[in-house]
Amino acid sequence: MNNTEQPILRVENYGKYFQLHEQGKIIPSSHDVNLDVYPGQLTALIGPTGAGKSTVLKGIYRSYLPTSGRLLFRTKDNVEIDLAQADEHLILELRRTEIAFVTQFLHALPRQATQDIVAQPLIRRGMDYSQALNIVHETLSAMNLPKALWSISPATFSGGEKQRVNLARGLVSRPRLLLLDEPTASLDPVTTEKVIGLIENLKNEGVAMLAIFHQPELVERLADSVVKLNPPIVAEQILKEIA
Amino acid sequence: MDKVLEVNNLSKVYGQGCAACFELTGPEHDTNICPKCGSVVAAHNVSFDLYKGEILGIMGESGSGKSTAVKCLYFDQKPTSGRASFFNDEKQYDLFNMNAAHQRHLMNHKFGMVYQNPHLGLNFDISAGGNIAERLLMSEVDHYGEIRKRATDLLKRTEVLAERMDELPKNFSGGMQQRVQIAKALAINPPLLFLDEVTTGLDLSVQAAILDLILEIQQENQTAMIVVTHDLGVIRLLAGRTLVMKYGRIIENGLTDQILEDPQHAYTQRLVASAL
Ligand SMILES: Nc1ncnc2c1ncn2[C@@H]1O[C@H](COP(=O)(O)OP(=O)(O)O)[C@@H](O)[C@H]1O
Ligand SMILES: Nc1ncnc2c1ncn2[C@@H]1O[C@H](COP(=O)(O)OP(=O)(O)O)[C@@H](O)[C@H]1O
Ligand SMILES: [Mg+2]
Ligand SMILES: [Mg+2]
Ligand SMILES: [Zn+2]
Repeated sequence: MNNTEQPILRVENYGKYFQLHEQGKIIPSSHDVNLDVYPGQLTALIGPTGAGKSTVLKGIYRSYLPTSGRLLFRTKDNVEIDLAQADEHLILELRRTEIAFVTQFLHALPRQATQDIVAQPLIRRGMDYSQALNIVHETLSAMNLPKALWSISPATFSGGEKQRVNLARGLVSRPRLLLLDEPTASLDPVTTEKVIGLIENLKNEGVAMLAIFHQPELVERLADSVVKLNPPIVAEQILKEIA
Repeated sequence: MDKVLEVNNLSKVYGQGCAACFELTGPEHDTNICPKCGSVVAAHNVSFDLYKGEILGIMGESGSGKSTAVKCLYFDQKPTSGRASFFNDEKQYDLFNMNAAHQRHLMNHKFGMVYQNPHLGLNFDISAGGNIAERLLMSEVDHYGEIRKRATDLLKRTEVLAERMDELPKNFSGGMQQRVQIAKALAINPPLLFLDEVTTGLDLSVQAAILDLILEIQQENQTAMIVVTHDLGVIRLLAGRTLVMKYGRIIENGLTDQILEDPQHAYTQRLVASAL
C-alpha cells in the first residue's frame, strides 16, 4: 500500500469513559486508540462487542466528548483541526461539508418522506431541490430500495430498508470523511453486494472511510488497513488515573 | 459565518434583590429563591452566541429560567444586568442600552416571537389576516393590496387556508392558532426568531407538522432561532446546539446530540434518562 499522501484523519491515544453521576459509576469505553485514515482508503475497526468501536466514531463526530487524546482532521483547505477540542460551530460546519456519519439507527422527523431525508445533506449545502432529488433517486435505485417507498416516511420500514435510507443519506453528500457503523448489519446478501459496490466507488472517488462491519468478510474485502480495539480497561484504573 | 446575537452575563432578578441573591441561589443551593430577601433569581450569568441560520435550543425543567432569558432579549422583561448585542446589516445593536423607541423598532422590524400561549402573540379581537396586517403596518408596509397579498402568501406558507384569513383566531384549533402566530412572526421576515414552547400541549401529529414548518423556514430564510422547550424530542429535531438551564444558570452546553447522548452534568443525565 502506498501511503505517501497525508492522512485525512489521525487519531492519537483516544480514550473515552462515561461518568454516570447518579449511579456513582464509571463506564470505561475506548482506550488508547491510534489510527490513520487516508483519502480513497478504508480503515476498519474490529474488536469484540463493547470494545468501544462505536465510541471511536462518535468521538470523531463529537456526539461523544472525548476524555483524552487527539483527533486530528485535515480539512479540504489543508488545515489541521483537533476535533476533540474544536469549537462547536466549526464541528457543525464540518458535519455539513466534510464529515458524514452513517449511524446504526435512523433519526428523522416523523412525517418526512424518505427522499427528503436523504436529500437533506445536499439541501443544507445549498443545492436546489430538484437537482438534489435526481442524485437521491440515483442512489436509492442503486441500493435496491423500491421506488414506491421513496415518497413515504421510513417510520414503518423494515430494519434493512431503514438502513439503506440511512446509508443513502451518508453517501449522497460525498463527504471527504465517511464514518460507517455496521452499515450492512441487516441487509440481505444481494443488497449487501450492491452496497459493497457503492463503497468501492466512493474509494475510487477518493472518499476516506472509517468503518465498523458486522461481517468479517466485508473487512477482508473492503479494508485497506485494520485496527483492532482491545476491551476497555477496568474502571478502577480510570479512577486511579483521575484521582 | 455571521454572528446574529451575542449575550453576555444576562441576569434577571424578580423582586427587590439584595447583595447575597446570586451567592445564595443556583443549582448548588437547590433553589432560585434568595433566602435573605425572597427575590427570584430567574437567570444569572447567561451567556451564549447565535449565528445566522442556526437553531439554538434552551432546555431545562419548568422554572429554570428559559422563558425569562428569551423575554429579556425580546424586551418583554427588563434584565437586571448583562449585555446583549444584535448584529444585522453591518450594524451592532446594544439591546439593553437603547431607548424604548429603538427597542420597539427592532421588535417591529427584526425580531419575531412565538409564544406557547397564542393569546400572547395574537390579537384575538381581529382576524387572522388582520393580525398579520397589523404587524406589516408596524413595519411600514402600508399599501392595502400589498398587505393583503403578503398575508395570503404567509398563511398559505404556514398551511392555514387562505379562505379563513378573515376569521377570528378563536375559531381556530390550537395547532392553527400556532400557525397563524408563526405567520405573524414571519411577516417581516425577521433575521432572529424566538420560539417559546410553541408545540407544548399540541397533539403529536400537529407538533410534527409545526416542527417541519420551523425547519423549512430555517432552511429557506436562514433565520436564526432560539427554541425554548422542556421537550427533549423537540430539541433533538430542531437544535444544532443546546443550553441546559437549572435554577437560572446554564449548567451545560454543547452540540445537541452530545448533550443528549453524552450529557456531562448529573442534572442533564437525569433529564435525558427520564425522557427515554
Ligand atoms: N452513551 C453511553 N453512555 C454510557 N455508556 C456507554 C455509552 N455509549 C457506550 N457506552 C459503553 O461503552 C462501552 C463500549 O461501547 P461501544 O462503543 O458501543 O462498543 P462496540 O461498538 O465496540 O460494541 C460499552 O460498555 C458501552 O456500554
Ligand atoms: N413575572 C414574574 N414575576 C416573578 N417571578 C417570575 C416571573 N416570571 C417568572 N418568574 C419566576 O422566575 C423563574 C423562572 O421562570 P421562567 O423563566 O418562566 O422559567 P421556564 O421558562 O424555564 O419555565 C421561576 O421561578 C418563575 O416562577
Ligand atoms: Mg457498536
Ligand atoms: Mg417557560
Ligand atoms: Zn436576595
